[in-house]
Amino acid sequence: MAFKIIVCAKQVPDTNVIKINPKTGTLIREGVPSILNHDDANALEEALKIKDKYPDTHITVVSMGPPQAKDMLLECLAMGADEGVLVSDRAVGGSDTWATSNAVAAAIRKIGEFDLIFAGRQAIDGDTAQVGPQIAEKMDLPQVTYVQEFEIEKDMKSITVKRALEDGYEVIKIKTPCMLTAIKELNAPRYMTIEGIFSANEKPIHVWSANDIAVDLDTVGLEASPTNVFRSFTPAPKGKGVILEGDTEKEVAEKLLIGLKGKHVV
Amino acid sequence: MNFQLTKEQEFVRKMVREFATNEVEPIAADIDAEHRFPEENVKKMADYGLLGIPFPREVGGAGGDQLSYAIAVEELSRVCGSTGVICSAHTSLCCWPIYAWGNDEQKEKYLADLCSGRKLGAFGLTEPNAGTDAGGQQTRADLNGDQWVLNGAKVFITNGGYADVFIIMAMTDKKKKTRGGISAFIVEKDDPGFSIGKTEDKMGICASSTTELIFQNCTIPKDRLLGQVGDGFKVAMSTLDGGRIGIASQALGIAQGAFDVTVDYMKARKQFGKKLSQMEALQFEVANMATQIEAARLLIYQAADMKDRNLPYGKYSAMAKLFAAETAMYVTTKAVQLHGGYGYTKDYPVERMMRDAKITEIYEGTSEVQKMVIAASVFGK
Repeated sequence: MAFKIIVCAKQVPDTNVIKINPKTGTLIREGVPSILNHDDANALEEALKIKDKYPDTHITVVSMGPPQAKDMLLECLAMGADEGVLVSDRAVGGSDTWATSNAVAAAIRKIGEFDLIFAGRQAIDGDTAQVGPQIAEKMDLPQVTYVQEFEIEKDMKSITVKRALEDGYEVIKIKTPCMLTAIKELNAPRYMTIEGIFSANEKPIHVWSANDIAVDLDTVGLEASPTNVFRSFTPAPKGKGVILEGDTEKEVAEKLLIGLKGKHVV
Repeated sequence: MNFQLTKEQEFVRKMVREFATNEVEPIAADIDAEHRFPEENVKKMADYGLLGIPFPREVGGAGGDQLSYAIAVEELSRVCGSTGVICSAHTSLCCWPIYAWGNDEQKEKYLADLCSGRKLGAFGLTEPNAGTDAGGQQTRADLNGDQWVLNGAKVFITNGGYADVFIIMAMTDKKKKTRGGISAFIVEKDDPGFSIGKTEDKMGICASSTTELIFQNCTIPKDRLLGQVGDGFKVAMSTLDGGRIGIASQALGIAQGAFDVTVDYMKARKQFGKKLSQMEALQFEVANMATQIEAARLLIYQAADMKDRNLPYGKYSAMAKLFAAETAMYVTTKAVQLHGGYGYTKDYPVERMMRDAKITEIYEGTSEVQKMVIAASVFGK
């Protein structure tokens, strides 16, 4: 069975090492390594697991970003994906989620037929969780977000997934083609392989402009974006915590209750 | 001159760093304490192509280069010296001589299995009475019809207890002595008359399997001869030239690991109302450590790069190994000192790193042997 899978991925700053300028409240991006967004790695891993099982599966990773996002696509190829597509054009720069999904949907249309689109739930730099669902809407595809378990049915045309909820999960059966967004509970992403690293350059990475994907230029980029970041700031650190001490648990609990009542919390 | 790593080499560092952090580091202290060979991680290294890095894909390798291999051993050793040497001994001392000296049949029979990690490799040169004086081999190989018959013993063989394929040096013509008298053979673990002897109880690299190999009328087919009769010393010396890049990288990794842990500790530990990292006397120690590590790295990467470009590199790999091993001892000893009493306990990894570092001054040619190699190239042989 030769599945055609599209994985949406974003190159993001590594939030583990990122620092915030205390004066301006903005991210200090200098010297911060760029990485494959974590949830997108889960999306790619699930696609790779399908390819492990059905080796004829073809995985195309699509991204939008500056030219250096090619490095992240190379990493995806070194993990086992077959092909990369990078939409990179000043015309799409500064896009919000609505404009981004217009461009990515256009790129996916250009790629052509597919059975599945996997995206990560959200990116660690924006945390909106909107682009995946918006792409599905714009392409008239059924979608399931927050996928924590995934299984292809015997007919190979439908999929059963577990969708994570705050207090449980839903089991949903969905027909292909469809869009699924992955959460970290779905799997543990593999590393690149050494052979993958040294053969990644032999696989194609297409860099497409806005013209290449035939997207309406009035629907992409900063100008076209209906939302923009008004201000970003770091919340002031909270005051120091209080450690309550006492000889017995009851005594500590009493002190806690007195404290909470004093603050009119209870 | 360009000191920039290629994109592939950068990816190798990133990949092995992640692998080492997630898979190797969490068990490093335990396998050291238990003297347990990490079979589960050797399997994972195989799956990710870490056991055949610098060999072309045509022979089953990962298609990488020597510098990437050096980086991989460095990154593994940064968290676990034992895991680093498992990769190094397998790659440099078993895969490489078959790749460089083997005929087509031998390459086909062994390399794909070794590079993919389906089989693990080891190398046997050292004997109870032939260490640095490698020419004093007492293990003998005699041709008997279509078979070689080996008798003797090897000691201190890395990966000994877990290897499937062994490159073994044996005397085939005692009169010719070192040059021309020794030949190299491929021995498989199930060959009749071959057995594993004592497993050494060591000071460091405790999770690495270091054993004796015993040959009692060990009989192998004639076509297991590696190279020509009498090539053994050349096979061994050329193999060790490359092996030194691996061990130097192991030493570098151990030093870097101890350094990184120490820097973190100094940023957290307070005495006399300030952090250790704010004390100039200690900062100066750290500056020396950092400088030595970087110098070692440059020597190693240079030697690896020369090997990749098929330039004569023996002197440079000896220099790299000598300097990196001494750096590993220097840095790990200072790392323990900078940790104070905590550094002497097993609650912190630096005491393990100090124990692991010492072997890098001894095996695959002691520091004294490296100086002999370097001096010989200075004064001519």
